[in-house]
Amino acid sequence: MDWRYFRRRATNVFNLTGSVIATLFGLVWLFWILWTTFAYGISAIDWTIFTQNTPAPGNDGGLANAIVGSLIMVSFATLIGTPIGILAGTYLAEYGRTKPIASTIRFLNDILLSAPSIIIGLFVYELIVLRVGHFSAWAGAVALAIIMLPVVIRTTEEMLRLVPDTLREAALALGAPRWKMITLVAYRAALSGVITGVLLAVARIAGETAPLLFTALNNQFWSTNMSQPMANLPVVIFQFAMSPYESWHALAWAGSLLITLSVLVLSILARTLLRKARMEYS
Amino acid sequence: MMNLSQDVVVDTGAMSKIRVRELNFYYGKFHALKNINLSIAANKVTAFIGPSGCGKSTLLRTFNRMYELYPDQRATGDIVLDDENVLSPRADVFRLRARVGMVFQKPTPFPMTIYENIAYGVRLYERLRRSDMDDRVEWALQQAALWDEVKDKLKQSGMSLSGGQQQRLCIARAIAVKPEVVLLDEPASALDPISTLKIEELISELKRNYTIVIVTHNMQQAARVSDFTAFMYLGDLIEFGDTNTIFTNPSNKQTEDYITGRYG
Repeated sequence: MDWRYFRRRATNVFNLTGSVIATLFGLVWLFWILWTTFAYGISAIDWTIFTQNTPAPGNDGGLANAIVGSLIMVSFATLIGTPIGILAGTYLAEYGRTKPIASTIRFLNDILLSAPSIIIGLFVYELIVLRVGHFSAWAGAVALAIIMLPVVIRTTEEMLRLVPDTLREAALALGAPRWKMITLVAYRAALSGVITGVLLAVARIAGETAPLLFTALNNQFWSTNMSQPMANLPVVIFQFAMSPYESWHALAWAGSLLITLSVLVLSILARTLLRKARMEYS
Repeated sequence: MMNLSQDVVVDTGAMSKIRVRELNFYYGKFHALKNINLSIAANKVTAFIGPSGCGKSTLLRTFNRMYELYPDQRATGDIVLDDENVLSPRADVFRLRARVGMVFQKPTPFPMTIYENIAYGVRLYERLRRSDMDDRVEWALQQAALWDEVKDKLKQSGMSLSGGQQQRLCIARAIAVKPEVVLLDEPASALDPISTLKIEELISELKRNYTIVIVTHNMQQAARVSDFTAFMYLGDLIEFGDTNTIFTNPSNKQTEDYITGRYG
């Protein structure tokens, strides 16, 4: 065989092997983490997790207050972040487009998208916690809302951009004012994509710990008062995992598994919707 | 103003619906339409032909001020619909688009049911009772020769239809708001020959009630469906007149070269 072809073949085998090994190296850690989470989490989960509150040091208990606290704060964050994010994304895709102000907003939004969440936590700590004088679930919800905002803005804009301009022109050619074109035609065309963005954003904030440490902190007891500190899964996991107590460790594993599963479900839902959105317009 | 709506188009004696006077159009600095003057006859089909980039679609899109969406596009001159200058800043663009409907090159059904596709436009202008809206939807679909094919699936998505059906749905949607003029921007260029034939038959039907302006790069189509033809080239209106004359006895050398396929 000609040596040049041999060399090509060898290079190919070498590169292919290298990239497969690199992929495996990356995946190993992921599956290790998932496996450990499942193995320890499953054995720690039973019904008392959902019925009892977080216990005192060394005692048995559940995660009921932390689960409810996380649900409440994530819900409020979604209620705050989604409308603002969708409106901002709509501005960028429908009105701003290539205007300099839109490019600036887009650039800043990308920075916010990758900003470390602890900085958002500190920001809200300064803004709300210090002024009010105590930690509160409101501060936690605001911090989470700020984190989800850039995700929603970005996906809303991208999904609206998938809607062909000819569809917009068709609606406007009927004499529809711009806002009616957007709400009745563009939103409808981009609906599943925009919902995907919201779901991804919720998945993103579901496991955030740092911003909650500075805002909602934690609460050992059952509390649904938004003006008081509130228990939540990420901070409980953080606190319990660092403790020396076996029973707390088990609860931390159970909490980790719950968060992992909810993120998994949200991601699968998001991917399914996204595939639908891509198929509709492309 | 003089009694301009009595203006006569070429030598056919037809009443003009739209009169274009000294129209210039710019994409940014690019001068895309150069001093266009022509009249669109009422209840006739007028075709704009010419090679790609000649400005025929641009001219069509000035009639309903579609270009306004894009900040760097502007038009100067007059486009008089009956006796109202539609380019005047005082002219209401929503009312204008109610009077001048448009159908695009690619079918553009909205992502909603066939019924809602038609009702969407009607609701912009009229509040109809359910039964009246049902009647209007049926009427529009009948006009577009689509009713028999979709009457049992009005609740299905408009996007589930075939390309040719989608385009007739778009025509029905434009007609449902009862416009006076219908602009067709290469309405059959994305369709197969049978769907194209249906659209052409439809155009001949529709001209009884509407003034129709069609842009096409298919010369046979222009010859088949239109009463008047405008030949454009590089932003100039080269020749305008009776379709028969343009195709059999053009007075301009450029027109003749294009018609006979020597360029374009």
